[in-house]
Amino acid sequence: MAAKKGQKEVEQVEQRIIAVLVDNEPGVLARVIGLFSGRGYNIESLTVSEVDSVENISRITVVASGTPMVLEQIKAQFDRLVPVHKVSDLTEDGPCVARELALIKVKGTGEKRVEALRIADIFRSRVVDSTIKSFVFEMTGTSDKIDAFIELMEPLGLVDACRTGIVAIARGPKPL
Amino acid sequence: MTISVYEGLDVAKIKKKKNSGKLLTGAEIILKALCEEGVEVIFGYPGGAVLPLYDALFKQNNIRHILVRHEQGAVHAAEGYARSTGKVGVVLVTSGPGATNAVTGLTDALMDSIPIVCLSGQVPTHMIGNDAFQEADTVGITRPCTKHNYLVKDAANISQVIHEAFYVARSGRPGPVLVDLPKDIQINKAAYGGKPKLVHKSYRPQVKGDSAAIAEAVEMLANAKRPIIYAGGGIINSGPKASKLLGEFLKLTGFPCTQTLMALGCYPTDGKLSLGMLGMHGTLEANLAMHGCDVMIAVGARFDDRITGRVADFAPGSKKIHIDIDSSSFNKSIAVDLTIQGDCGNVLADLIKQWKAKKAKSNAKALKSWWKTIDGWRARNSLSYEKSDTIIKPQYALERLRELTRGRDTYFTTEVGQHQMWAAQFLSFDKPNHWMTSGGLGTMGYGLPAAMGTQVAHPKSLVVDIAGEASFMMNMQEFSTLMQYRLPVKAFILNNQCMGMVRQWQELMHGGRYSESYMKSLPDFVKLAEAFGAVGLRATKPSEVDDLIKEMIAVDCAVIADVRVDPTENCFPMIPSGAAHNEMLLGPADKAKGKGTEEGMVLV
Repeated sequence: MAAKKGQKEVEQVEQRIIAVLVDNEPGVLARVIGLFSGRGYNIESLTVSEVDSVENISRITVVASGTPMVLEQIKAQFDRLVPVHKVSDLTEDGPCVARELALIKVKGTGEKRVEALRIADIFRSRVVDSTIKSFVFEMTGTSDKIDAFIELMEPLGLVDACRTGIVAIARGPKPL
Repeated sequence: MTISVYEGLDVAKIKKKKNSGKLLTGAEIILKALCEEGVEVIFGYPGGAVLPLYDALFKQNNIRHILVRHEQGAVHAAEGYARSTGKVGVVLVTSGPGATNAVTGLTDALMDSIPIVCLSGQVPTHMIGNDAFQEADTVGITRPCTKHNYLVKDAANISQVIHEAFYVARSGRPGPVLVDLPKDIQINKAAYGGKPKLVHKSYRPQVKGDSAAIAEAVEMLANAKRPIIYAGGGIINSGPKASKLLGEFLKLTGFPCTQTLMALGCYPTDGKLSLGMLGMHGTLEANLAMHGCDVMIAVGARFDDRITGRVADFAPGSKKIHIDIDSSSFNKSIAVDLTIQGDCGNVLADLIKQWKAKKAKSNAKALKSWWKTIDGWRARNSLSYEKSDTIIKPQYALERLRELTRGRDTYFTTEVGQHQMWAAQFLSFDKPNHWMTSGGLGTMGYGLPAAMGTQVAHPKSLVVDIAGEASFMMNMQEFSTLMQYRLPVKAFILNNQCMGMVRQWQELMHGGRYSESYMKSLPDFVKLAEAFGAVGLRATKPSEVDDLIKEMIAVDCAVIADVRVDPTENCFPMIPSGAAHNEMLLGPADKAKGKGTEEGMVLV
């Protein structure tokens, strides 16, 4: 690898989505999280799940923030972990689709309840649980969209929100 | 030492009957795998959770076991063994306290990139997580202080894991690997799978440098007016060939070369192209050359904070080329202009090849004037010190040690502190793998067990642990091990009766308030040696130093040499923390400057 760098880095904090393919073995998530806590990196969200049961591979999606120098470090540190197969910076490497899933519980009766349902409809959110005085909405979308929805639900009786954190994949036909 | 030989497990015989499909116990498989990895010696300490392994060890005669007195000593001994031979050092400890005691050594090996495989016992699998007797979450505890670690939960996986552990420990940037082995796994039977031939599925470090980047480096170096080679421990790790190639490249270019603490020995420090060590206690010429260079090539070095001083003022305006096998070393604290990922030896070979192929030439005129400037700095003799006829200066003791060991195949280890820096400054180094010191972690108590491991690997050579009395006492129990195995290690204690480096910082930065840096009731080291059955020597006057050293070398036994040195002596030159390379303190007269900044105070 040969990379060029200017002498003075602009100390600007950026956010990146990093995808990592790892062996699905005990302790691998602890290694990743330990790396962030041990080295003081900022982590916005992290999701992990098995994606290939034959090869026993899991995919981790991390949203990390830091200066460009720190972000390069994060990727390099990932890369030197023994069970890591591949590290890819989805933000830097080209366009990607990033989505989050959220479950949002809203309690209310009367006009507020109707309004919550109406807004959910506008956001193309689905009702996955309902009682006389509550709903659980399911929605996927960008983090911004989920933020906006949760904000709107606040005065309408928001009880709980639960989010997966971002999962992301590069656009186009190429694999990771 | 007597070892009874039993027929039970003759590994050489089993080797012949490879793939016989015979079932072996986990412990036997472990030893078989170790044999196949070429392991000759294990440093260890038994306990409940490794008894099956010790039983299997008892029944064979291929692998030697050195019984240490503390697990930390075992890891440092393995480090000394590994660093002085280039092989992987092997440690065997029991569960719980055995493993936690090994943590310091593992962290030390991680920081200094030393290949170690540490086998630890664990409570049986069905008891894991039950707070069983001598249970600790060893893989959890050692995750951040190893390069990688494993918990084996099935005897069928043992051979693969052990071989993989060796592969990971020695490949790429070397480091410690721990394998946690529950007791039932050591007893259960399985077939020995043999050494896997396949390449590792995910860990395949890049060892060959990118040729376009190397071409660019040649161009940058050929155009340099004030070049410098900043050589690091990666050159030693790459093997003796890398040191040879560095020498060849230096001869080819005539560039000045400075070495880090970890790199000492990669190029003769007495050589005319060597500027000696750089960094906090490096020479004036090395640090000013780093500060004033226009092109720097870092080879297997990592821009550690002891090297760079104040980052913002590190080698201002220079172009930097960085060769390293570990991409996470790039742009970590210092942004560089060109990175070449690969093994130092490989990249140096390619660099020389391309340099020759392109008929590149250094800028002779510029280089001449650069050397003239450097010689001006050299002439100030930054390592000079006030000599004395009445009190032993530590520098003097080391100078005499250097002269009286010249021409011998001497291995030096050190503890951590002033004596370590003086040893780096005043000894001469001309071969790789002959200098073992704790650079990254700065572990007091490293030197004696490291010397022990080195002596095990080189039984005929002179092995000297340069120590301070405080560091020495941190692992002096290993003297008992030295006696057991008749290892004639020489502990050369520069005894200033205080924690010298702590005292120095308190003098320079904390108004001379020597908070807890003096020890009362130090032992009589001569009597201590005698208590161990070793030889104790003492020198209190400069005139006694030569005789002490000569006798120390002549005695065919472990020695504690108590050299009573000037307790007030400080280690110079020094870059106070938070300062830049051109703000060095050259000697006691510069003390006023040493106060440093407030930002500097918070740095270690």
